[in-house]
Parts: sequence; structure tokens; C-alpha cells
Amino acid sequence: MKPSSTGQPVPHESARGHVTGDALYVDDLLGRFPNLLHAWPVLAPHAHALVTLLDVSPALAEAGVFSVLSQADVPGEGNTGANRHDEPLFPTEVMFHHQPVAWVLAETLESARRGAARVVVEYQPLPAVLTIEQAIDEESFLTDEHRIADGDVTVIDNSPLQFSGELHLGGQEHFYLETQASLAWVDEAGFVAIHSSTQHPSETQEVAARVLGVPRAHVTVECLRMGGAFGGKEVQANSYAAVAALGAWKTGRPVRVRLTRELDVALTGKRHPYLLRYSAGFATDGKLHGLRAQLYSDGGWSLDLSEPVMWRSLFHVDNAYKLPAVEVTGRVCLTHKTSQTAFRGFGGPQGMLVIEEVLAQAAQRLGLPADVVRERNFYQEGDVTHYGERVGEPSRMHVIWNELKASSEIEKRRAEVVNFNTRHPHQKRGIAITPVKFGISFTAHFYNQAGALVLVYRDGTVQVNHGGTEMGQGLFTKILQIAAGTLGVSIAHVRMMSTRTDKVPNSSATAASSGTDLNGAAVADACVQIKTRLAEVAAAIFECDPLAVLFDDSVVSAGGKSIAFAALCEMAYKQRIPLFAQGYYRTPDVHFDFKLARGKPFHYYAYGAAVSEVEIDGFTGAYRLLRTDILQDVGDSISPIVDRGQIEGGFLQGVGWLTLEELLWDATGRVSTGGASTYKLPSWSEVPDIFNVEMLPGATQPGVVVGSKAVGEPPLMLAFSVREALREAVSAFGHGDAVTFDSPATPERIFFALRRVRTERPALK
Amino acid sequence: MGHIEFLLNGQTIRVDHPPLHLTLLDFIRARGLTGAKEGCAEGECGACAVAVVEEDASTGRSALRVVNSCLMFLPMAAGREIFTVESLAAEGELCDAQRAMASGGGSQCGYCTPGFVVSLFAEQHRPDRVGACDTMALAGNLCRCTGYRPIRDAAQSLGPAPASPFLARLQQPTKELDGFDVPGFSRPTTVDACLSILKSDPDARLVSGATDMGVEANVQHRRWSHLVSVEAIDELRGFSDTHDGVMIGAGLPLNEIGRLWRDAPDVFREWLALFASPLIRNRATLGGNLATASPIGDGAPLLLALDAKVHIAAQAGRRTVPLASFFTGYRETAMSAGEILTAVEIPKPLPQFVRFYKIAKRRLDDISTVAAAMALDLDAAGRVRRARFALGGVAATPMRMMEAENAVVDQLWNESAVARVQRVFDRVLQPLSDHRGSKEYRLEVSKSLVEKYQWELRA
Repeated sequence: MKPSSTGQPVPHESARGHVTGDALYVDDLLGRFPNLLHAWPVLAPHAHALVTLLDVSPALAEAGVFSVLSQADVPGEGNTGANRHDEPLFPTEVMFHHQPVAWVLAETLESARRGAARVVVEYQPLPAVLTIEQAIDEESFLTDEHRIADGDVTVIDNSPLQFSGELHLGGQEHFYLETQASLAWVDEAGFVAIHSSTQHPSETQEVAARVLGVPRAHVTVECLRMGGAFGGKEVQANSYAAVAALGAWKTGRPVRVRLTRELDVALTGKRHPYLLRYSAGFATDGKLHGLRAQLYSDGGWSLDLSEPVMWRSLFHVDNAYKLPAVEVTGRVCLTHKTSQTAFRGFGGPQGMLVIEEVLAQAAQRLGLPADVVRERNFYQEGDVTHYGERVGEPSRMHVIWNELKASSEIEKRRAEVVNFNTRHPHQKRGIAITPVKFGISFTAHFYNQAGALVLVYRDGTVQVNHGGTEMGQGLFTKILQIAAGTLGVSIAHVRMMSTRTDKVPNSSATAASSGTDLNGAAVADACVQIKTRLAEVAAAIFECDPLAVLFDDSVVSAGGKSIAFAALCEMAYKQRIPLFAQGYYRTPDVHFDFKLARGKPFHYYAYGAAVSEVEIDGFTGAYRLLRTDILQDVGDSISPIVDRGQIEGGFLQGVGWLTLEELLWDATGRVSTGGASTYKLPSWSEVPDIFNVEMLPGATQPGVVVGSKAVGEPPLMLAFSVREALREAVSAFGHGDAVTFDSPATPERIFFALRRVRTERPALK
Repeated sequence: MGHIEFLLNGQTIRVDHPPLHLTLLDFIRARGLTGAKEGCAEGECGACAVAVVEEDASTGRSALRVVNSCLMFLPMAAGREIFTVESLAAEGELCDAQRAMASGGGSQCGYCTPGFVVSLFAEQHRPDRVGACDTMALAGNLCRCTGYRPIRDAAQSLGPAPASPFLARLQQPTKELDGFDVPGFSRPTTVDACLSILKSDPDARLVSGATDMGVEANVQHRRWSHLVSVEAIDELRGFSDTHDGVMIGAGLPLNEIGRLWRDAPDVFREWLALFASPLIRNRATLGGNLATASPIGDGAPLLLALDAKVHIAAQAGRRTVPLASFFTGYRETAMSAGEILTAVEIPKPLPQFVRFYKIAKRRLDDISTVAAAMALDLDAAGRVRRARFALGGVAATPMRMMEAENAVVDQLWNESAVARVQRVFDRVLQPLSDHRGSKEYRLEVSKSLVEKYQWELRA
């Protein structure tokens, strides 16, 4: 049998639309909606305050203003909080700077903006909690303390090497190029339709229906595609869709809500900043004895997804290493800031940074190479994590590690780095290798299901519907390959439909790297059902066993006889055989008891490793990323271009989080890095000069659709190699002290880390 | 007249009473050309990029200049020839740039892609290009998905621009911009005409490339009653390089200066590459950069170290002001209302040893935390004949550190001299802490840069 369409380097299914500008996003649809109203929010100028007066009438006097939305207009529940219903749409208590307290609808955005400036609001300011430390002091928390413990951590107190420390990790702005956008209208029968840039159309539907007080069946949400999301549209799209829906409901006119970049940064949640406190004990050979860690996340003003984000941090404090004794706790702080949310990695990166920091410091304190300490602590076959899941195939990690060390020539280059550093007093290089092990599955186990609806027409062409959304990650491309490959037809005959809640209900968020695992399996299930029916029709013609019928390249054949796929479809139709099917998938065997903190939360683990080399300028703290080599386990790649894109893009996004992207709030609680000129994303200057990316060959993953493996999030954490290379390079300026710096490692932080290592004398070991 | 006309994808567009603050981006999107996107509305991301046909000042040939359409007020389009991404695939056939971006993973979410395609298309059609496309031509476009590697590969895969209506068009000359007046917007063609408009309307505000004012309008929602564009004033686009010095028209886009100043010193090239992004440099001018008097503008420190002077025209006459006395306070200059900056003059001989340092979180296209320029002339014995230390980002204005200069002049340039300069910095600099950096870093890194300068002179 010829290779199917899976595994082929197929360009992104919308690539042509992307490069011509024909691919449409929510805000490109305005021309289709005459009589459209534009929305602009009335923004609170305090981080925490009571609204004592709201008078919208002056806004109505502004030319072009049509209406102002406030709580009195809400027919249902004026609350958009996904889980806890803790996000009032029109708050009486302002909980973060810039929180919208009302929305103005007008004929133009300009009028809406002028109208919003005329709304009269009076506030009674209240004290605000603006830092994690302040939240801890004032016991301002969104959750209880969560805890995972395993083994006897008192071994730390008897270890030959003991140390403890504290680390601040900055947050990260998603900076999807397409800001939050929704467009809603009411149809002729009084039902509501919404175009939304959302990762979770079913939840957007639920929230809009909740606000309008109508059954979910009365609301349809459609997502054509997103201009990037990265977790930022998993929950946070909902409230803007709700505003658009409410506006359309009240006025009977289509309403567009699209945040400008400034609004998007000011209003929407980000990756959680963390405070990490740790203590660790090691043997002199670098073997970890025990780890204690307390994690505090800055959750912002409402719960959002902060709880599962924290759990994923706790799950990932091990990264790729066996923790013989561990006690790790985590708690989400309530601060008067944007409500922090999902962001690629979902707490995993923050958790993993704990162990990477601890191992790196142990290596420096023991005078051992960091990679040696890392590999001495790797999980081995049969090992169980601190939450009781057996680690599947840790040997893959070992293979990746060794192959990458060889292909990146790390030993030879390390010697070259030493040589360079000897010759250059003011420039130093550093090279480091770090691993990634990342658990795949939603930890909310009911999310691990997906539905699909595959429609085959009498001419043999196919429409595929499923619950997943396309945000650039290539899900639709992979699904097309799976559908075409399963049905044995050309990709050109398969059409991917936009994601709509009226095709597949109750879908899960497209998140947790699981989009293809879940939706791809559901689509494959539907395709197999149709194929099985068609095989019986064909078997009757060919006079053979249905199992002997082959589907390939739009031709159906057996025993030397063949029929075109299209002709077979027509024949099946005439025989009254249904040519469509619903597909369904649920991940087997995932479970977790959050009370006992034991179970098997993950279907499997994704593995990878990266080697990075940097050069620091000792005068300024500025640095360059010279080279990165990556080897990632993606199982059998369904779509090599897509997978490579996820690896490279995820890596650079991680580099941004760890080095460049500094998210700051000022003393009043305003985001002070509020736009592209103050918040810097990786640009061309952050791309390594040499960037080698490979995927582990022959890596079929059992129990996953076509033997593939999730790839969306894991590569982000390959960027730890850059942080560690920076640590090595900083260390080369000093006298052998352990080096640390908070994250992100901006040139300023590196500059002061250099000052510290140059002045400190070697510690007694 | 109350209307403007311009060519959009080859079609003549007439707009009656063009709204002053409507951006070109919003205008083209409202016409259904939704390929260009708004990603940031401040000229950082390039998702709104469109190509404008302009005459290359150094060769006289027509060239495609990529600009951020979010930072062009619609009246600025008057008389221009503009192409959007929708025009590039002729009769459904993808152009080279599109094919290269589409086939190798150059797009993921696709939102930034039209902007990249326009930038790459223009780079492929750069008149003097030899060899592969320069990926730095794409440095004004941000991508959040790909990590840039496939875009780099796409750029490097392109050969010469194939025969096409675009290439044919670029072989034709481009007509000069006309002057015009519509309510709220004037584009005079002479300095005198410009000065009389300023005199007749005290509320009129000069605008050059609008790369700063466009941001003010979009982000701070700033509105003006009357803008006076200097883009059609020939005199402001002059350039001369003689034995006595270099005269740079205040209205020349930065990239044009780079092309016109053929034997510019290395420091100028290094400085130019760090100055905003190529899309901004296609619009931003030195005059605009100096007149906004940003304390952290990249232009001032190098020009201060080069002893630049600015030429100012008023109805009463013309005058020349040393740049060192041009900045009078936070966002204030020696210019009075009704005056216009016409040229920047860099006297020769240039200093022997000039370096420019930009401290920023991101190496490319960031706003400086600290910008520093240092220049020395040394005699044969190693004594300092002339010293210039100029800094941005450490005070309310860009400043020349004359006290530090005096501390080293006529003496040997050595470690002790460096220490004297640093002591002056310690005493004089009063930087602030903000989101770009702490005051401690600004002070310490400024001092450290003097050591770096000395180290590089020795090397």
C-alpha cells in the first residue's frame, strides 16, 4: 500500500489564503454586516474601587452613539466567569485597572470611543493588592493550598549539599497578532449567532447564552480561524463575545467587539507570574535526595483557569527527573490585576523551572558539569512520578539526550567555548543542554473527549467537521491529512469546515496540545465508519471480503478490480447507505484524585531536548543566541512542516518568556508594558544564527491517532537551554560561585548578575 | 479642491473630504481589502504593511517602499501609488514571495503573513539588489508563531524579480508629490509656503512621516485640527556631501539617507540598522526625530557626538543652531512656533574614533534604555584633541556631557581618563526608573559603556 497522506510535508491548509490576504478573521467580516455597531468600553481608572455612580446618559448625547450597555440590559446572568461565575460583566466593584464598567455602542469606533469618554462614573478607591508578596502577607488567595508529596523530605536536612532560594518568574503577554474579536447578530427567528476568535466555541456559546438567559441551543458560535491564541482565547474570548451578543440582543443590530492592542494588553489575562521558594538536598555525586518547593502564582482578580494551571505546575516540578523525596505546594494569589489564564505550557514551564534551577545550582556548587547532574537524575524505566503515574518510555528521553549531544557536538563545542572564554576577557560564551518531559491530556478528565461529523457527498467529496479550532497550530492541516488518509482520497477532495457549535456540540477547548489527539481520533473514527460501509458495497461488486477492499488515491480496489471512490459513493447512495457519520473519541485510562494527589493524569509524555549556545557582552549584559539544536519526539509526525513549525515557534516563544518579554505593572496597578513599543516580542535578533531542528525517527506512539504525538506546548520549554547557557556564560565571568537570576533574563538582570559573580569570591565547598 | 486622489492597486481612488485622522489601513480595509491587518496600531508589527512606489533618491529609479499603513493618515496617500497584498497574485497565480512563504511553513496563524509577503515582495524588487534577499528587510514585521526560520528560508530562496507588470512599472519614473490643501490638511511644496500656513493658522501642526504622531493619534486618541505635511517640500529632501560637511534634508526618510550617503562611516550604518525598523525608516525623518525631542530618541546622541547643527527657517529668516543647544527641556526645543527645521548638518572632518551604543531589551527595533555616542580625536601622542560624549535616556533631554569632555581633553586617553569620565557620569546623570530599565542600570551601564569604548579603541 502506498503511503497515505499522513506523514507528508503538506503546507498549512490555509497557506494560500494567508499569503494572498484572502484568509478571513472575525474583523475581516465587517463588510458583510450592514448597519453594524462598534463597541468601546468605559474603563475604570483604579485597580480596586467601588463604583458609586454610573451615569451613561451623557454618552447618548454624543453624535453617533446608539446605546450603552450596562447591568440593567442583562436579561440573564451578568457574569462571564467560566467556572466559578466570579466575573461580573458590569462590576460594581472594580477589580483591576482598566476593567470595563460599561460598553458604548456607536455607528463608528470613533463615536463609541468619544461616547465612552463622556460616561460619568464615580469611584470609591480601595486598597489594591499588586504583588505576590503582598498577597501572601494579606492572605489574599483565590484557592486553597494544593500539595503533592512523596517520600521523606527530611532527607534534605541530612544531605551533604543543602541549599535554598527564591526565584521570581515574570508573566508573559500572549500577543497573538489578532486581538480578541467577536461579532454577533440576531437572526430572523430571534436566535443569536456569533463569530468569535475563540479556542472554545462551546464555552463561548454557554457564556453568551448565560448572559442572555436563553437556552444554549439558541446560540451558535462559529470560529473561522484565529490569528494566534496560545491559550489566550481559551477562556478570555468569552466575555467579549458576550458583550457583542448582549449588544445585538438589545439593539437588534450586528455588534462588533474588537480590542485594540492597548485594550487587549490592558484587559486580558497573561501567563501567570510566579514566586518560587525551594530547598534541596543532594549527594556529592549530584544525585538529588529531596526537594521542597512552595509555588505562588499571581492569579489576578478572578479564578479563570488558575487552579488547573497551578496543578500542572505541581505535576511538572519533576520535569524529566526522579524526585526521591518531594513536597511541593502551590497556591493562587488574588491580586488586583488582569485575570491570568492559559498560556502554552499552562503552568508546566513555571513548575519545571524549579527543578532546572535547583539542578543547575547543585552542579555549580558541586563543581560538576550541569549535564552530568541532569542525566544522573533522569527517570529510568519503571520509575513512578511523585503523583503516582508510571513514566512511559523514559528510554526515549535517554535516546534523545545522547543523540542530541552527538549531533550538536556538545563536547567539542564546550571545549571551544572554554577556549573562546580564555581569549576574551569581556565576552563569554556558554553552552547548555536541557530536557523536556511534558504530560499530555487535560487534567480535567472530562475534557478528554471530542466529536466529529464527517459528510461524504455523492460525488465523493468530503466535508469534515469537528470541535477543534484552528489558531495557526496546523490542526486543520493534520485533520485533513487524517481524513484523506483514512478514506483513501486526495486531500483536494476533502474540505475542512469552520468550527461551529451547531455541527459538533459540547466540544472541549482546543488546548493542552491535545487538539489533534482528540479531534483527529474522532474524525478518524467517523471516517472508518463510512469506509466500513463503503467497503461492504464494494465487496459486493468485487465479490470479496470487505476487509480485502483497499481505499487509496480516490480509488477503491480489491483483487485486481477497482472503482472510483466517487462512483462507489453514488452507488452506496442509491443503495440507501448513509454517507455521513459522527465520530467520537475519549482518552482511555486517565484519572486523578485531587484529594490524594495520586493518579494517572496523563495519557503519555512528550519528550525533547535542546542545546543552546550564547555569548554575553560583559560591559552591558547584552547577549546573542548563537546556535540551538533541538531533537523532539513527535511520534510519527502527521505533518512534518506543521510539527517543525510548532517546535521552532514554541521554542522562540519560550526564549521570549525567559529572556526578553518583561511584563510589568506600575505602582497603580496599570500594565506599564501596554503595547508593542514597550513589550518586546522575539524578533529577528532573537533567532539563533544556527537553528537545527530534528524529530526523533521511528517514534510511533502507541494508543494515539496514527502513532503521532502532541507537539503544541512541549517545545516552549526547550528554551530552558537558553537560560542555562546564559547561566554558564555568566559563570565564566566569575570565580565559580553559583549563579542565579530572576526571569526573564533581560540584559539588565544579566548585567547585575555579572556584577555579583565578579565581586563574590568562591564559596567554600 | 476638497478631495484627494491616489492609485490603489492600479485603480484611481478619489476621496472627497478625506477625514484627517482616518488611517490608510482603516480606509483600505473598509474598501474590502482586508489582507492588511491591524496588529498593534503603532508601527511595530508590520501586519498592516503596504507598498508605495517612490523615487529612489540616490538612483532616480522607481522603487517599492514598504510602510505601515496604520501610521499614514489618509490625506498623506494623495498622489501616491499604493499596492496592497491583494494585488500581488496576478490572475490567481501566486508571486514568488507568496509561493515561498506558503510552501515551506512561512505562515501559521496567517495574521502577520500579508505584511511579510509585502515586505518580501518589495525586497525582491529592490533595484540594486544582488544575491539573496536581505532578511533584515523583514525586520519591521513581527511573527508570534513561526520563530522566523521558515520565513528566513523563504527570503533566501528568492531569485531576481521575474518579468511582471510590477517590474515594468518600476522601470518607469515616478512623479513627484504635488502640493494640495483639503480642510484640515495641507501639503505645501516650498518652505515659504509652509511658513505662511503656519503663520496663518497657529494651531497647525507640522507632520513629516507621522511615525510618532500616528501612534499618538491611534493610541492616545490625539486629534489635531490642521496638519501640515512637509513631504512635498523639495528643499527638505536635499542631500549633499562635500569637503566641509554633510547636509541632510530634514524631511529625508532615514533609509534614503542611508542610500544617499554613499561613503558614510561604519558607525552611521550600525546606527541606522538599530534605528527603529525598515518600515519605520521608510517614513521617519531626521527632522521629525529631532523636533519631537524625545529624551531617548536614537538620532540625537550620535548627531551630538558628531557636532551636528540644525538649520531652522522662520518667516523672519534662517538660522543655524548647534544641536548641543537645541534641546531645551523635556520634549522642548529651541524652535518657536511657526518655525521649521530644514536640514541637519554634520561638519567635517568627522572625529577619528566614533562609536554608537544602544542598550535595549531587544537588539532590533526597540526603544533605547540608554543610547550613547562617543567620539575622540587623538594626536600622535595619544592626547585627546576633541572628545564628545552624548547620551540619551539618562535625563529629560538627550545630552552632551561637556563636563566629562573637559575632564579628558588635552590629556592622555587611558584608564584614568575613563575613570574621570565615569566620575562625571556618577555626579551628573539622573536617570529615572521605568519599564525599560532601572535608574541603577541606566547609570551603571552608561559608565560601563565608556570602558567598552576604550576597550574597542584599543582593539
